[in-house]
Amino acid sequence: MDNPPSTSKSMTPDSQPPIIHKKDLSFLDRIYIPQIVNGLRITITQIFRPKFTRQYPEERWTPPPSFRGRPVLVEQNGVERCVACGLCARVCPALAIEVQGSETELLKERYPVKFEINMLRCIFCGFCEEACPEEAIVMSQEYELTFTSQDDAVFGKEKLLMSVEKLRDRLEFLRKNR
Amino acid sequence: MAKITIDGKEFDADPKQTIIQAALDQGISIPHFCWHPKLSVAGNCRICLVEVEKMPKLAIACSTLVADGMIVKTESAKVVNAREAVMEFLLINHPLDCPICDEAGECKLQDYAYRLSVGVSRFDFNKVRKPKRVELGPNVTLDTERCIMCSRCIRFCDEIAKETQLVFTQRGDHVELTTFPGEALDNPYAMNTIDLCPVGALTSSDFRFKARVWEMSSTESVCQGCSRGCNTKMWVRNNEVLRLTPRFNASVNDYWMCDEGRLNTFKHVNAETRFKAPMIRKQQGLVEVGWDEAIARVVSELRSFKGHEIAAVASAFATNEDNYLFVKLMRHLGVGKVVYLPHVKRGDQDDILIREDKTPNSCGASAVGATALPEHGPLAGLLEEIQRGVIKALYVVDDDILTDPVAAEAFSRLDFVVAHASNDNGVSALADVILASSTYAERHGTMTNFQGRVQRIRPAVATAEQDRALDGFSMSRLDKFGSHNDRWMRGARRDARPTWRILANLAGVLGAKWKYATVEDVFAEMASTLPAFKGLSYQRVGSQGVVLPANQETPASVQR
Repeated sequence: MDNPPSTSKSMTPDSQPPIIHKKDLSFLDRIYIPQIVNGLRITITQIFRPKFTRQYPEERWTPPPSFRGRPVLVEQNGVERCVACGLCARVCPALAIEVQGSETELLKERYPVKFEINMLRCIFCGFCEEACPEEAIVMSQEYELTFTSQDDAVFGKEKLLMSVEKLRDRLEFLRKNR
Repeated sequence: MAKITIDGKEFDADPKQTIIQAALDQGISIPHFCWHPKLSVAGNCRICLVEVEKMPKLAIACSTLVADGMIVKTESAKVVNAREAVMEFLLINHPLDCPICDEAGECKLQDYAYRLSVGVSRFDFNKVRKPKRVELGPNVTLDTERCIMCSRCIRFCDEIAKETQLVFTQRGDHVELTTFPGEALDNPYAMNTIDLCPVGALTSSDFRFKARVWEMSSTESVCQGCSRGCNTKMWVRNNEVLRLTPRFNASVNDYWMCDEGRLNTFKHVNAETRFKAPMIRKQQGLVEVGWDEAIARVVSELRSFKGHEIAAVASAFATNEDNYLFVKLMRHLGVGKVVYLPHVKRGDQDDILIREDKTPNSCGASAVGATALPEHGPLAGLLEEIQRGVIKALYVVDDDILTDPVAAEAFSRLDFVVAHASNDNGVSALADVILASSTYAERHGTMTNFQGRVQRIRPAVATAEQDRALDGFSMSRLDKFGSHNDRWMRGARRDARPTWRILANLAGVLGAKWKYATVEDVFAEMASTLPAFKGLSYQRVGSQGVVLPANQETPASVQR
């Protein structure tokens, strides 16, 4: 605890916290006009400053690579990198991920025949990305999620796959900050 | 007796024992890959190195016999250092592909790599490449690269399965496990090599990539494949049995089970042929109905027959409790004789585990008062009585009476057929009422094997009325933290009930004053009324089973 010294001095373990007496308002405070003038001054100066409001949804924000948007599966050469090891599902604190592996003729031997993320359960912690031994699941820059039913919120492989080109920034960020 | 000291703990050990065995008896586990309590000592993995005072070098605990005054250290700096070196060697050519390896989670190499290894390798050359995805036999897939050459599988085939099929070829780091030319790993016990394999080199072709081991719950059960009753673990995810593995029981099956039992005794539990609810025959055929309606129908029909007009067929597949209540109910109805069908496959028996009697509980069915029908033409007598019109109704519990094609024709003459059945094996064409009974994977109970050993089965798959948490099932992480709307909690559930409960319901409607809240109450009654089960309780049966008092005189060596 790094309390300021004055309070820590007055606070012995068994003493009551000090009682704070509020001072009565001064005359200037009570007539309220200086406060109104001050407020108007801030408003008027802001009018002549550049705008920082974003016209969402026409104008959208591109998050930095450090942003953790919805998790996606990296697609490379037309197939997912994922080998269905299930580590993301195991590490997921919200139990959002469900993976079912199966055999493939590809060199990786194993691929996810089913890969589902329940976006209502997902808490965007990024543990899945951290646990993944294949850099196959990463947090994308997408942050817009809407669904109309619980079943809609379960994203299957078709919604999760995203090409590696779109995820270059994030993958680079991950490598740099490993 | 030799007085030895291991890690400061002094105790007496049999001088014929090796250090690793003596230590294990005292609860001290020395790391080991190639050593197995039921196999010969190979001493080739070197991970069990320990320091023995007055010995010039470290000794391998698996082949060094204990001697009086021996002082062993298993955690000294020298030992720890040696283990790290051994682990580094073992991992040099190991592909480290745990993410795609089915053994991950129950892998000795993985566990020891965490516990005993430093976590980095100084080896930066190319690893030796070897064949992957090799079909060693019908049930076993080999990944030669993962093999650490412990030779457990080879020794198992030679010593336990008694069929020499596996061998190492090449030498040095090019050693490869393979079958002899023209041979396949196809002995009836081949899949035990999968459990024995301390790494993921030998994996099950059937279970391949089906699930990660940490996703499943495991429940202690008993194999239903033959009257041996091998102790098993049943692995379940999403209310579906995915695999069986043997469970150690020194008096029944040691560490082993046969491939037939492992592969073919659980698939019916989640098969499409399962009855999803009780059914009644109406004009449009069999219709699913509620339990009350089905039971009311059975009661009203049974009341219209005299005791000698009903044929009662118990089952050697049902539990002791089921058969006991069935016999009791039939006596209540005035039925003179309760029989059961034998399923014996003459010649299909060996000195290892497999028995000719292909039912798990024929011994128990006899013990509770059902009589075995003759092995040849078991239904002949019954069919003849049906033809003569003596028998008018048939009550079958949990067995397949349609194995005989002649039988179907005769059964169609019956006025009323009621069957407890879990799967549709043709019985739906014949029965007027089907009481959907749960499979052995869904009920509590006991089975009595050919030695007279009473063993528990426990539910691992939930039926519609059961709840994994409230009914004390073993639970995986997914079961514990899932909620009703999670996809993995939506595994198929059937409105099936265990036979003993259906019978207790029926008896209640018939006016018998039976009071069984749980199946344990039934067993308690059996223990007090049947001399054969005298003094037994579920607690005494435990996880390893208990031999019926009448069978206890037979020495274990004769029973095997």
